[in-house]
Amino acid sequence: MKVSPLQKAAEATPQKLGRSIRGLSDRAIAWIFVTPTILLLLAINIFPLIWTIRLSFTNYRANRPNADIKFIGLRNYERILTDSDIWQTMQATAHFLFWTLLLQVVIGFALAWLINRKFKGNGLWTTIIVLPMMLSPAVVGNFWTFLYQPQIGLFNYLISFLTTIDPSSFTMIGEVNLAPWAIVIVDTWMWTPFVMLICLAGLRSIPDYIYEAAECDRASSWRQFWTITIPMVLPFLMLAVLFRGIENFKMFDLVVLLTGGGPGSTTELTSINLKREAFEKWRTGYASAYAVILFVTMFGLASIYVKALNKVKDR
Amino acid sequence: MRKSLLLTIAFLVSFAGMPSKSADLTLCWAAWDPANALVELSKDFEEQSGHNMSFEFVPWPNFADRMLNELNSGGKLCDLMIGDSQWIGGSAEAGHYVKLNDFFDAEGITMDDFIPATVKGYAEWPKGTPNFWALPAFGDVVGWTYRKDWFERPELQAEYKDKYGRDLDVPQTLAELKDIAEFFQGREIDGKTVYGAAIYTERGSEGITMGVTNALYNYGFEYGNPNSPYELEGFVNSDGAVKGLEYYKELYDCCTPPGSSDWYMSESIDAFRSGLVALQMNFAFIWPGVHADPNVGGDRSGYFPNPAGPGGHFAQLGGQGISVVSYSGEQEAALEYIKWFAQEEVQKKWWELGGYSALRAVVEDPGFVTSQPYAQTFLDSMAIVKDFWAEPAYASLLLAMQDRVHKYVIAGQGTAQEALDGLVEDWIEVFEDEGKL
Repeated sequence: MKVSPLQKAAEATPQKLGRSIRGLSDRAIAWIFVTPTILLLLAINIFPLIWTIRLSFTNYRANRPNADIKFIGLRNYERILTDSDIWQTMQATAHFLFWTLLLQVVIGFALAWLINRKFKGNGLWTTIIVLPMMLSPAVVGNFWTFLYQPQIGLFNYLISFLTTIDPSSFTMIGEVNLAPWAIVIVDTWMWTPFVMLICLAGLRSIPDYIYEAAECDRASSWRQFWTITIPMVLPFLMLAVLFRGIENFKMFDLVVLLTGGGPGSTTELTSINLKREAFEKWRTGYASAYAVILFVTMFGLASIYVKALNKVKDR
Repeated sequence: MRKSLLLTIAFLVSFAGMPSKSADLTLCWAAWDPANALVELSKDFEEQSGHNMSFEFVPWPNFADRMLNELNSGGKLCDLMIGDSQWIGGSAEAGHYVKLNDFFDAEGITMDDFIPATVKGYAEWPKGTPNFWALPAFGDVVGWTYRKDWFERPELQAEYKDKYGRDLDVPQTLAELKDIAEFFQGREIDGKTVYGAAIYTERGSEGITMGVTNALYNYGFEYGNPNSPYELEGFVNSDGAVKGLEYYKELYDCCTPPGSSDWYMSESIDAFRSGLVALQMNFAFIWPGVHADPNVGGDRSGYFPNPAGPGGHFAQLGGQGISVVSYSGEQEAALEYIKWFAQEEVQKKWWELGGYSALRAVVEDPGFVTSQPYAQTFLDSMAIVKDFWAEPAYASLLLAMQDRVHKYVIAGQGTAQEALDGLVEDWIEVFEDEGKL
């Protein structure tokens, strides 16, 4: 006689345990299985969040474990929201986010469009293009620092070759007006392939018969692009923007290695500023309030964005 | 029989004199040349004591972050810590370091035997009181290195004299130093474009502060009213201090290599060793390495203390003391290391290996000044030192200064007066948070 897996499981269950769960509903058994995961999530996600919110109303400093902790109400929030330096880092983050997303979407989509054409060496080019995103940010940060060197950097020589400007007359990571663009260039170089891959998946998911039908209707290539390609790739593009947006909002390593947040505080993004407040100045209460503000901002923006994404998908 | 009995007793006595057990000690410090010298020196301690030494060295830009995290979390990684001079207040008040007064008394170690500036800078907290938390371990100070061979070229000497009306020689004032840096900026030497000076401009940790203070002090900057602690207005942002900050910006703008907007110790060393600059601001620890360098070492380089300014003659103190970490499970053995390290013979060898001893018996020895070409400059520089805040909140004070100064000097935002006024506001806020104002 063949024994089913269910019977095997029932036989393997110790009798005592079997008796005790026999009276339980399916829902109760499901809870038993899910509870450890929920407890783990509560311990490593929800508890720290609640603890951070609590600390944000205090003057706590982690480097003074024995000092008195005072409840100071909304003072930390008030100081953050009225601090011009914080707004400057917000602006630097907004500049970085806007330009990296725009460039990565435009270039990534263009590359995906080209790669999607069937041509010889297609696979090889795809591999070459995706190489930068496989590198460690530490490696990328260090070698772009060399590329940007005014004396020996290839980037400066390339610009000099193209424009006849003296290569040592400008410093990409040392000048206020160039440094924000220096970090945008590096992030775009590194992460455009990621956007390209997502776009490529979108392009390849469009069935050929839709284009064939459009051609039968004598739709021009331009018309096909705007009425078939873009609407069908849009959910993929929006997903890429969401991923890159979240990643770049918390960008830290690449920028620290390239500019350290300087010159001045021109490229000090919010995550770098937050780290300095929390782990260099040790203003734990203040940094907690700062983190809560960033969390709420990011959560709000991401929620609105996901709703928009769902609407586009439902269309 | 009697002979074998004596041998047995002698054997047992010799064991009784040894430490009860061999310990594994970890010494934490920055990853730099002197640390390698200390590894070499410590082999003698291992041999004599039977303890095993291991080392945790962290590169300077991450040193404070890594080690202060370790101390703040009560970590047991380090038994001995050669912590930066500015950590002394915080580490003493937070209980990270073991107070050493009783130990010094018991072992006959007296702070009178060490250079006074190093005792005040590295060991005392509160400053000016006989409460010791460290033994001065490594004396250091900001000074200058210059290309002696370039200075001695007759054609450059003649041109310089024509232009400035004085000899091309070691500068006595900060104004003269700027003239020399300007003279070399963009000049072709041996077919290569060279620049004036490599100075500290680093933003992330402490670099630009350790550099700019060498100008600020000498133009009249004070950390506060000498008679009223924490009274900052008019001292931190005095007219002299503003002029000092303007001087540093002018020096950066006129006379540094392109791309030097985030330079600290290692970048300055590299620039000097590669023949890119005529002058280099750096801590004295680099001098043994410069002297031994095949490209710029020997007679090709010279050394001089930070030049005087219109408001005085000072140099930024560097260096560290060695402390026993209170969370260590091997405090006895760690104290044994400090006792061994404080000995004159060990300190002499420390100097020979490239470590800057702070023991007076070593630096006041008649043969000291001729022992190395930079020895006299080291002594002259140690006589004019001034240090940054060593308050428990030193990190907040330091980062505020880094931000304000970097924004003005490197990014060119605002004026020197605005930068220092802003610094006063930041520091007052820190002291208010600390309950000191």
